[in-house]
Amino acid sequence: MSAAPRNLQLHNFNQLARRDFLKTSVTAGAGLVIGLYLPLLAREAEAAGKAFAPNAFVEITPTGDVHLWCARSEMGQGVRTSMLMILAEELDADWTRVKVVQADFEAKYGDMTTGGSQSVRGSWTPLRKAGATARDMLVTAAQQSWSVPKSECTTRAGTVIHAKTKRELAYGELAAKAAMLPVPQDVPLKDPKDYRILETKKARVDGPFIVIGEAHYGIDTKVPGMLYAVVARPPVFGGRVKTFDPAHAQAVAGVRKVVEVPAVEMPPLFGEERKENSGHQHYLWGGVAVVADSTWQAVSGRKALMVEWEPGAGADESTEKQRASCAEMVKSAGKELRKIGDPAAALTSSPKKIEAEYELPFVAHTPMEPPNCTARVHDGKCEIWAPTQNAPGMAAALASALNISLPAITIHVTLLGGGFGRRLNIEYGVEAALISRAAGAPVKVFWTRDDDLRHDYYRPMSHHRLRAGLDPQNQITAWLHHVAAPTTDGFYLGGDIPDTGGTELGGAGFPNGTVPNYLLEASFLHTAVPRGYWRSVDVSWNHFAVQSFIDEVAAAAGKDPLELRRQLIATKPPAAEAGGDEKPVNVERLRRVLDLAAEKAGWGKALPTGRGRGIANLYSWGTYIAQVAEVTVAKDGSVHVDRVVCAIDCGQVINPDMVAAQMEGGIAFGLTAALFSEVTIENGQTQQSNFNNYPMVRISDMPRVEVHIVPSHEEPGGAGEPPVPSIAPAVANAIFAATGKRLRRLPFQTQELAQG
Amino acid sequence: MDATSITVNGKAHSVEVTPDTPLLWVLRDTLGLTGTKFGCGMALCGACTVHIDGEPMRSCTTRISAVAGRSITTIEGLSPDGGNPLQLAWLAEQVPQCGYCQAGMIMTSAALIAKNSAPSDSDIDDALAGHICRCGTYQRIREAIHQAAMKSKPQSKKAANGGAQ
Repeated sequence: MSAAPRNLQLHNFNQLARRDFLKTSVTAGAGLVIGLYLPLLAREAEAAGKAFAPNAFVEITPTGDVHLWCARSEMGQGVRTSMLMILAEELDADWTRVKVVQADFEAKYGDMTTGGSQSVRGSWTPLRKAGATARDMLVTAAQQSWSVPKSECTTRAGTVIHAKTKRELAYGELAAKAAMLPVPQDVPLKDPKDYRILETKKARVDGPFIVIGEAHYGIDTKVPGMLYAVVARPPVFGGRVKTFDPAHAQAVAGVRKVVEVPAVEMPPLFGEERKENSGHQHYLWGGVAVVADSTWQAVSGRKALMVEWEPGAGADESTEKQRASCAEMVKSAGKELRKIGDPAAALTSSPKKIEAEYELPFVAHTPMEPPNCTARVHDGKCEIWAPTQNAPGMAAALASALNISLPAITIHVTLLGGGFGRRLNIEYGVEAALISRAAGAPVKVFWTRDDDLRHDYYRPMSHHRLRAGLDPQNQITAWLHHVAAPTTDGFYLGGDIPDTGGTELGGAGFPNGTVPNYLLEASFLHTAVPRGYWRSVDVSWNHFAVQSFIDEVAAAAGKDPLELRRQLIATKPPAAEAGGDEKPVNVERLRRVLDLAAEKAGWGKALPTGRGRGIANLYSWGTYIAQVAEVTVAKDGSVHVDRVVCAIDCGQVINPDMVAAQMEGGIAFGLTAALFSEVTIENGQTQQSNFNNYPMVRISDMPRVEVHIVPSHEEPGGAGEPPVPSIAPAVANAIFAATGKRLRRLPFQTQELAQG
Repeated sequence: MDATSITVNGKAHSVEVTPDTPLLWVLRDTLGLTGTKFGCGMALCGACTVHIDGEPMRSCTTRISAVAGRSITTIEGLSPDGGNPLQLAWLAEQVPQCGYCQAGMIMTSAALIAKNSAPSDSDIDDALAGHICRCGTYQRIREAIHQAAMKSKPQSKKAANGGAQ
């Protein structure tokens, strides 16, 4: 359910056919253990040439329990349950006997990164194969024991059955024997009509622990001898510690030590190449840690601490200046990223021209569990307990910062109290390790909400200029889109926007491919404000502009917004995502979700005054989605989203209830950004500090969400990110339908809607 | 540091912390009851909600000195076996996503249905107005509270009838 750079999610999910992708390992007295490789990011391609390094294991114990080591992080998307369901289906396991074990980071697991709506997509085929292979080996073991033909043996709920002789053997009884067999190749997978576990509403495995307060998140970690720390970090982006006086902090009861955290260069998040002198901005900027016997003592100590800061590179920056820079940049030509035909000439010669500009701010992730990390560094070893989406990235950064080798590092991945892309970042792990080393004790570093909001890696701000030309028949002849934004790839890796658009232009693809003349160009805003991957990444900003502008074009052309969307895809499919190499768009699937959402929402039916409906649709992460929002705009301009109808085709569904949950949650997440979220900068510092000045959607803001899933056995698509981007434009379009007024800036400046 | 006596989930404790220490950190750091969560530190999100003498309170802004001698219930003490109707309804509706804010949600909801056996959507919205779920589980929270309230009712009716006889 979270973000990863879109250009890294490309090469992986069709590369599963490596001959040696399943192997058994046998230890004395153990059952059947199968190692498999679950690819996620680009490193899979590179790893293909190397020795087999499984990052997931399936164990069938002699007592009949099935264990799956899950190398993905659970952050509410249900991955620990969905992976178990995929495995159990093909294995024909007894659902009451399957358990998930969270894998610690060890070098042998290789890639454990969780993001890009990739967990199910990347695990689907390998987990099915692992399950089917294990089942086949268990059947072979039974068949050999009974000396009967294999074709006469069936399986059900953890048992091999020979119906003719009414004999049964439980998997546990067969596990040791199966482990001695050679691993069969190309075992056939189940026909979807035989699914018993997939497509059912299995309960999340973590639920029973959550409701009694026994689910353990990073912040709940306690290890023997542990101290508690909070850190004073540079308030200005790019700033550093100049000097500090620990005396007052040390005078606070319970404060043990006050230590400086050095500034440290961070490696790329996902093992990418970074050029010499790249100009990247990815650093742990250091600070001063107050280490105490309890959280509150550390917090109290920090209040008394005196630090003088080097101001830093961003000291002169402000939101006002940044907005003005972006607005200026889109007036002249930017870097050309996609060009079809002669858009400038086509626009000039169009009898009707439409132009609009859209703006989105920096936004923060604010997972309910703030960043935190517990570290124990001793004797050249480092042990970490972290809520992280990116254990391998954190391990690489630890190895570099502590100058130790990867095998000296263990990361225990806890449950995550939300991720949303924040925990793809790795600096908070390095910070905790450096403090533990300096304090000579295990340390849990706690972040207040203020720390979290002021030291996030923000979804970039952006400014969009869109222009379209219509011919006398009101057909679109030209579409021009200029995006001005700071780059995220540039923050982590250095450099300007790559020719492909990198992680900046997802969601800007439409309607490229459906119109004869098209231009996509980008300009780059220099800023010291840290950027990062925020649930739905670049699609979240580009899609708002594009899907709002389609509505504006529809209004100018006198067309129904749904009808215009249908017409655009009637003849030619839109091009695949601008920012990535997604598969070609399937027009039928795109149309089906549009029609389904429209039908269920009662599109075209009259609504009372002050209410309106808006639509937006999306293809990304292998998933097709359309949302219709229904809003009420009050006389004072306040907006309430009453209802959202969401149609989704995400290919093969693992658990329909978890897909629905992701839709509900993604809509709430996108709605928070649409209605409320804005991180503003003044003197190079974030001005927001907590939920009073950075509000969230609360229960009374929550629309009724109705989810309609298109049944499908296509390859699974993502579900975590796809519901996020469409809600803002759907609501903007609904506000227009209700009031005739167009809001082009997020969060919505609803005061503009007030009457009288 | 002074010793403060509190009762948590029916058990008496004497804790030695400075009087300004928030109850939240006493529960979490001193007593090891980590089911109650930190979310904001300013009573803005509800993640830290516990019952103090039956009333839902934000433990992040409640000083330990203010609860001396009081009886505190945390999520760990809501039921002996996870069998509170709200906990069961939470599972039946599959409410939690990441789950981090849910202890606070459940504690406030328990206080709500103790007073209002048939809360409307707007009663629920009012009761939970101070809570934030970043995963957006609100729709299911409403459903679960309605369900738990329904399940709780027969018992209270029975009790009422019993009293009448």
